[in-house]
Amino acid sequence: MTGDSTSEHTRGGANGAASPSVPSPSAPGPSPAPHPPSLHVSGLAYAYPDGHQALFGVDLTVPRGERVALLGPNGAGKTTLVLHLNGILEAGAGSVTVAGLPVGPEHLAEIRRRVGIVFQDPDDQLFMPTVREDVAFGPATAGLRGAELASRVHDALARVGMEGHADRAPHHLSFGQRRRVAVATVLAMQPEILVLDEPSSNLDPASRRELADILQQLDVTVLMVTHDLPYALQLCPRSVVLSDGVIVADGSTQELLCDEGLLAAHRLELPFGFDPGSVRVPQR
Amino acid sequence: MGAGHAHKLYLHGHSPVHALPPHCKLAAVFCFVLVVVSTPREAMWAFALYAVLLAAVARAGRVPYGHLLKRMLVEVPFVAFALLMPFVARGPYVEVQGMSLSSSGLWGAWNILAKGTLGVAASVLLASTTELRELLLGLQRLRLPPLLVQIASFMIRYGDVIADEMRRMRIARLSRGFSARGVRQWGVLAKSAGALFIRSYERGERVHLAMVSRGYTGTMPVIDDVNATRAQWTGAAALPLAALVVCLMGWAL
Repeated sequence: MTGDSTSEHTRGGANGAASPSVPSPSAPGPSPAPHPPSLHVSGLAYAYPDGHQALFGVDLTVPRGERVALLGPNGAGKTTLVLHLNGILEAGAGSVTVAGLPVGPEHLAEIRRRVGIVFQDPDDQLFMPTVREDVAFGPATAGLRGAELASRVHDALARVGMEGHADRAPHHLSFGQRRRVAVATVLAMQPEILVLDEPSSNLDPASRRELADILQQLDVTVLMVTHDLPYALQLCPRSVVLSDGVIVADGSTQELLCDEGLLAAHRLELPFGFDPGSVRVPQR
Repeated sequence: MGAGHAHKLYLHGHSPVHALPPHCKLAAVFCFVLVVVSTPREAMWAFALYAVLLAAVARAGRVPYGHLLKRMLVEVPFVAFALLMPFVARGPYVEVQGMSLSSSGLWGAWNILAKGTLGVAASVLLASTTELRELLLGLQRLRLPPLLVQIASFMIRYGDVIADEMRRMRIARLSRGFSARGVRQWGVLAKSAGALFIRSYERGERVHLAMVSRGYTGTMPVIDDVNATRAQWTGAAALPLAALVVCLMGWAL
């Protein structure tokens, strides 16, 4: 692999499990001893039915409350990895556990509640006639009804600043608003981990900042798939680089982005004139 | 205006007809149409009375007659077929302004025209006073198979999205100097239609993925439900009941 020079960035995620920034223990289910990591992927390999192998043994641990960026060029296997996190694709080898619960056919419903994926195109994510019904879809599928459901929907919309638009049709919202509602649809399920697929794509600078403000305020584990490197630096203290189906680097986002050799080797590029070393990274 | 789906047929308003629950209105329109089609075609006065009933509903729902008539134009292609009947049907002929027309054909044309027009008018009234979203809730409440309701719901949600995509493809064609002038350009249009189909199909797959990711297992949860009081049912029943009286008179007289 080309990423040998960067292996010093790799850090063991297991010791991060006892991270002090643990949100209130709202997750149901039998969770053993101090919080297991929100996400633990080990030795994950996958080949598509046509024989194309997309993942070659991915190891990744995301402790509770951490925000991690998953960086990688197109075709690196990012989407394939994401689809394993909630059991849409079944691992060829290796395993995925979410807050201690292994991803597998026996508790898919609970896994899908715990892993909230926000897809890239909000028009795919928002399929119900009104914003309110869309946000209600997840919790209602899980059996919530009545006042409890209504308050869950209201809370989720309030967290993304869209509570005034509950009865609008998704198609009548601006793109930035749709992206925020898409985040709310997932927040309404009170996920253990929020997985965002290219959250900043197609957003104008103002919507981009608004979304960043919202994400920064959320008290939830985040895995952000992106090749928008400044956005990763702004939002995620830690990054991992996925290239050719393996994690080739894992470390502080600022350090990774300052490693020109690493970026060049994996088709990651900073915008013109952007110097990651000179940016004061917001501390969470 | 945060009024969910404003669509072309719907007239925003706060009339007693607007306020009725959607499933009551759906049931009322359905029963009204049933009564109308079971009226003997010879009782011409009965159809006039039905029209008066609908006019009264339009008035109560504050639907301008002009709007109603304009929306009823959708019927025209079907009427064209009815107008042919007197010319093609057989049987005893009658002389009308120098033309020899089949009398059973004339009755058939009248039958289709009168009943069809009343049905279309009732549907237009329903659509003018009920939002699409509400209609779906009404259908769901009336226990229409959930799959059909889901399909209708997705049609409403993605109709605009797909129309948008179609518009972008058209602009892309025009920007590259394409103009559909004759048969020779049909191939390009057909390929565009094919591409649109594939794009929509792929979108369908992505939407399904998003649904599955949020716990969908084949049934839609009932998020909103609609309920009706006895008074509302009675209000909605006024139209079909009045029509039923007319219909019975039509058979009796």
